Amino acid sequence: MELTNYLYLAVVLFALGATTVLLRRNTIVVFMGIELMLNATNLALVTFARMHGDITGQVLAFFVMVVAAAEVVVGLAIIVTIFRARRSASVDDVNLLKS
Amino acid sequence: MNEFVAPEIDWAVLSPILVVLAAGVVGVLVEAFVPARARRLTQLVLTLGALAGTLVAVALLWDRVSTDGFAFVVDGTVVLTPFTLGIQAVVAVLAILGVLVVADRTSTGQDAFAPTAAAVPGTAYEDAAREAGLQQTEIYPLMLFATGGMLLFPATDNLIVLFIALEVLSLPLYVLCATARRRRLLSQEAAFKYFLLGAFASALMLFGIALVYGFAGSVSLETAVYVLAHPDSQVLAMMPGLVIAGVLLVSVGLLFKIGAAPFHTWTPDVYQGAPTPITAFMAACVKAAAIGAMVRVLFTLAAGLDEPLRQDLETGLWVAAILTMLVGTVAGAVQTDVKRMLAYSSIAHAGFLLVAMVGFDQVGARAVLFYVLAYGLATLGAFAVVTLVREQDADGVVLGEATHLSQWAGLARRSPLLATAFSLFLLSMAGIPLTAGFLAKFSAFSAAVEAGAWPLAVIGVLASIVAVFFYVRLIVLMVLTPPVEDTADDGASGAGGATAGSGAGTSDAGTGAEDTPERAGTLTAARAATERAAVVVISSQGPTAVAVTVCAVGVVLLGLVPGPVLDWMTQAAAFRP
Repeated sequence: MELTNYLYLAVVLFALGATTVLLRRNTIVVFMGIELMLNATNLALVTFARMHGDITGQVLAFFVMVVAAAEVVVGLAIIVTIFRARRSASVDDVNLLKS
Repeated sequence: MNEFVAPEIDWAVLSPILVVLAAGVVGVLVEAFVPARARRLTQLVLTLGALAGTLVAVALLWDRVSTDGFAFVVDGTVVLTPFTLGIQAVVAVLAILGVLVVADRTSTGQDAFAPTAAAVPGTAYEDAAREAGLQQTEIYPLMLFATGGMLLFPATDNLIVLFIALEVLSLPLYVLCATARRRRLLSQEAAFKYFLLGAFASALMLFGIALVYGFAGSVSLETAVYVLAHPDSQVLAMMPGLVIAGVLLVSVGLLFKIGAAPFHTWTPDVYQGAPTPITAFMAACVKAAAIGAMVRVLFTLAAGLDEPLRQDLETGLWVAAILTMLVGTVAGAVQTDVKRMLAYSSIAHAGFLLVAMVGFDQVGARAVLFYVLAYGLATLGAFAVVTLVREQDADGVVLGEATHLSQWAGLARRSPLLATAFSLFLLSMAGIPLTAGFLAKFSAFSAAVEAGAWPLAVIGVLASIVAVFFYVRLIVLMVLTPPVEDTADDGASGAGGATAGSGAGTSDAGTGAEDTPERAGTLTAARAATERAAVVVISSQGPTAVAVTVCAVGVVLLGLVPGPVLDWMTQAAAFRP
């Protein structure tokens, strides 16, 4: 199969993730959108690595996984704190700070 | 090929970064093994020692790097240049001052951080933790990790190292933002917004990196620029669209970090909600590090691009700079909260910094270096002063910070020294002659003029004039307007019974403690209470006073005798950054 098809898939997944972040209201779903963006990037990296016949891209994918894991730890901690204090996981309810 | 060849690593070159990160790791162990009573002091000594160590390491490396012009490590993934060392020194100095502000427990005996950040606001568990005198000393290792990321950020042309540095500096800051002792819901909200927007921006940046890698077959910017000039050297090199989209997305990540428009929207909310000492640290250090990284990336690109593409890059910078200055000054002028006002001022300063970079030359690099130092000192000092101006309820219990501008009226009569220092910082940010801010702005705008971008410099000067208006308005408010407390005594006692009374038990003045569904109502009540609560200036336990003094002296000295510092910075910028 053409390698470029994987790139198209990566772009579609990335766009889906970005749309999720911008449109969905539930914090957890928004967060999943960010994870989808990161994993779409991984797919792109690995495909490019295959095209170049070079392993840098594959190594990068591992770095991205580590960073994504660290981000989940911090992100979920913050989301859980907010949820416990407010009993709501909607981004619309987080609105105390305004000019 | 099958055998693993260990890379040769020149550890000395990494020492400024390693000292801080190693101390961060030790700090985590301190949390586990040192008894609770001794932890704060241990962490404080460790943190300040590590940051001083970074300064020493930078000084030791200086001769070698400034003679050779650069120092490579691990196949060029980290490249120290004199400019990098300059930014690292500035970040270390500002971080030391930031740690001093963080460490201060003031005359109330409480620092700015929640006894346990995990406790739900307004619960019995939180009260118990406060009464037990718990404290969150993890703040210090988190600050060290963030500083480590900041030191690495401007030290690389390798995009993936850039990304890792960005995450290492961001993740601890997300946590730190959520740890305020008072107004905890606002603090958590700030962390939440910073995290979601920050993660979104870094995901965009990462995709940009993937595109650049796809184009060039390497994550080194130098290689990407080379491949752009030699289209037959890689499989995908005939698709320059990849690298252009990639660089755009990487710029989004960097512009987000420096708080430049149109990616600035997080700045006011996060600066307002985060614990003020952390805001001070963020505003000064992150700005310096991110601008340093931006200079590295953009200057490397500009040096290798052909004329039309370079022109496009410059146009992009123009648009971002003009938008940022406009947003910062116009929105800053209508703020009623001192932390938000300083946040918009920080956005405006990001714009001025972008103006300095427009020529992609050494003059610009030097201007940037001087600017981040001058601005960092002023903003850190200003936020440090904010930590000392507090509200007080009817029983004389000191509450959170009095951030509403009306509460700052007559500050000069309550505390002449503090008001003088704050005015000095504001004047420096406004760019009044004889302060560091004037020279910083002068060198930034003259760098733009030398690069032929005089319209940009004119817009910068105009924006500065508008900004002077809101800085001077605050000074007039502090010096000439009488304090409100005389007229507000009745109101304060009334509010003491209604709103502050319910908050007194939880030490959160309204905003935060209540778990009601009608938060809008809570907020209005809290605002009403804020306007009526009495204002008091508390005294520092020492460290904040030292930090404010150092910042004030620095701002004046850099304004009066900038010679030695400018000479050093000229050397630091003398090579391609």
